[in-house]
Amino acid sequence: MPTSTQTTESGPTGPGSTPESGQKPPSRSSAPRQQKAVVRPGDRIFSAATLIAGILILVILAGVALFLLAQSKDTIAAQISDPSQITGGKGFLSYVWPLVIGTLISAAIALIVATPFSLGIALFTTHMAPRKLAPALGYVIDLLAAIPSVVYGLWGIALAGNLTGFYLWLSKWFGWIPIFAPAADGSVSQTGRTLLTASLVLSIMILPIITSLTREIFLQTPRLQEEAALALGATRWEMIRMAVLPFGKSGIVSATMLGLGRALGETMAVAMILSPGILTASLVVSGNQTIASEIAQNFPEAAGLRLSELITVGLVLFVITLLVNMGARAIVARTSVKGS
Amino acid sequence: MSKQIDIKDLDIFYGDFRAVDGVQMQIKPRSVTAFIGPSGCGKSTVLRTLNRMHEVIPGASVSGEVLMDGNDIYGAGVDPVNVRREVGMVFQRANPFPTMSIKENVLAGVRLNNRRLSKSEADDLTERALRGANLWNEVKDRLNLPGSGLSGGQQQRLCIARAIAVEPEVLLMDEPCSALDPISTLAIEDLINDLKDKYTVVIVTHNMQQAARVSDKTAFFNIAGTGKPGKLIEFNETSTIFSNPDKEETENYISGRFG
Repeated sequence: MPTSTQTTESGPTGPGSTPESGQKPPSRSSAPRQQKAVVRPGDRIFSAATLIAGILILVILAGVALFLLAQSKDTIAAQISDPSQITGGKGFLSYVWPLVIGTLISAAIALIVATPFSLGIALFTTHMAPRKLAPALGYVIDLLAAIPSVVYGLWGIALAGNLTGFYLWLSKWFGWIPIFAPAADGSVSQTGRTLLTASLVLSIMILPIITSLTREIFLQTPRLQEEAALALGATRWEMIRMAVLPFGKSGIVSATMLGLGRALGETMAVAMILSPGILTASLVVSGNQTIASEIAQNFPEAAGLRLSELITVGLVLFVITLLVNMGARAIVARTSVKGS
Repeated sequence: MSKQIDIKDLDIFYGDFRAVDGVQMQIKPRSVTAFIGPSGCGKSTVLRTLNRMHEVIPGASVSGEVLMDGNDIYGAGVDPVNVRREVGMVFQRANPFPTMSIKENVLAGVRLNNRRLSKSEADDLTERALRGANLWNEVKDRLNLPGSGLSGGQQQRLCIARAIAVEPEVLLMDEPCSALDPISTLAIEDLINDLKDKYTVVIVTHNMQQAARVSDKTAFFNIAGTGKPGKLIEFNETSTIFSNPDKEETENYISGRFG
C-alpha cells in the first residue's frame, strides 16, 4: 500500500527522474525515500500548467502543418493529373517559384538595410548616448514595433509616390546593375509601388525587433571585458569591436533571424504597397510579388482549386520560415561563446 | 621606460559623493608600491585614477593633479586613451578576451596602437611578453587556443602579459591575486618582483603579508565611517609600516586590531 501511494504522488511531478530512480535500487530501502521530494500542491499545479503550455505549442504547430498539408492535396492531385489546371497553366512549381524569389529578395533587402541601422542604434543607446537620452530613445524604438502594419502600409503608399524621382535617378546612373535596370523604354514605375519600396518599408518594420534584441545583448556585455579593452588604451569604438561585438555575436545572428522571419511573413504592408506583377530582376519597375501578399490579395475571391493552391503556397512559406529558423539555430549554436 | 607619479591634492567623487579626500603621494620609478586598507577605503578608486579608468563609471569625477614625470594626466587636452596606453592595468578577476586565442590576447593592445606587425615581429613580441609574465613555458605549444581555456592563475598571468606587451611606463594591479590559490599567488608575486626592474608597479591588496612581501613602499588608506571619504593615513617604507609605523591607526590595522 505505501509503495502505490508513493508512485501516485511522484507521478504528476513528471519531468524529474524520481519514479524510475526510485525503482532501480530495490535492495536499498533508504535510497528511494531520500530521493523522493515532498510535493507541494502549488508545485504540482505549476508543473502541470507549464507542461500543458509546452505541449500546446507543439500541438498547434502540428495542427497548422497538418491543415496546410491536408488542404493542399487538391493542388498536388491537380499537379500530377493535369498541371495546366494550375494558375499560369504551367504547373505549380512555375507558379510558386517567382513568389518564393520575390519573398526572399524583399526579406533579404529589408535585412540588409535594417541590420546595420539596428546595430548602430543599439550600440548608440547602450554605449554612446548620454545617460538621460538613452532610455527615451529605446522607448521610441519600441514604439515603432507597436505601429500596426496597416499603418505602415498607408505610410508606404505615401512614401512610394515620393520615391519615383529617386528610382529614376537610380536607373539612370546605376541602371547597369540588373536590380536597378529601367524598363525597355527607359522608364521606371510611375507609382513607385515596387518591390524595393515594399522592402524598404519592411526594413523599417523589422528595425525595432532587431534593435531591442541586440540592445539587450549589448547591455549584458561583461563590464570586466569592456574595462579590459579600455585599460589597454582602446577607444570607444575599439572597445566595442574587442569586447561588445564578439560577446554579442550569436545574439546578433538570432536577432537578425527573428527580423528575417517577420520580413518573410509580413503581409498587410506588402499587399498594400506592392502593385504585383510577373517576376522581374529590376526592383525599380513594377512587378514581382511575395507569397504572403499573393495569398492576401487573392484569398477573398478564391474557391475550389484556387483556394487549395493558395494554401499550398502558404505551406511553402511555412517550410521556408521553418528552414530559416533552423538555420538560425544552427548558426547560433556554432558561434555562441561562453561569456566569462 | 618607467615614470615617476606625483599625486597632488587628489579628491575623487562618485557624483556628489566624495569617495577619497586629499591624497598626496610620490611614487618612485622602478619600485613597487602597495595600497592597503579596509574595504571601501578608496584604495582601488585611487588606483583607477592613475590611468583614468575611474571616469569610465558614469558620474565619476576627479579634482587635483596626477603627474607622470611632471605631466598632468588630467590636464586640458590630454586624451585618456593615450594615458591608458602608457599605464597598463591588471584587474581583480582575470579577464582575457574569450573569443581570442592566447596569442591574440597578448597582441590585443599592440594591435590597438595601429602598429602593423610582421608575423615574425608578432611572434617575437608574443614570446617576450609571455616570458615576461612567466607563462611562456606553460603555453608555448598552444598559443592558438582560446585564452579562456587556461587556469585562473595562468589567465591572470596572460592578462599581465597582455598589459606588458604594449610596454607601458606604469603597471597598475587591482588585487591581482584575490581570486587565486596560494601557488598561483606565489607565481604572480615572483613576477611582480621581476617587473619592478622595468616598470613602476602599483598594487592594491587586501593581503597585508602580500604587501609586506612584494612592495618597497606601502600606502595605508582608511575611512572614518560609512558615507565618509577615504583618506591616505600613512605612506612610508614598507618595512617601517609593518614594524614601526608613524601613526597609531596604521599600527592598529596591521596588528589586526580592526579591519
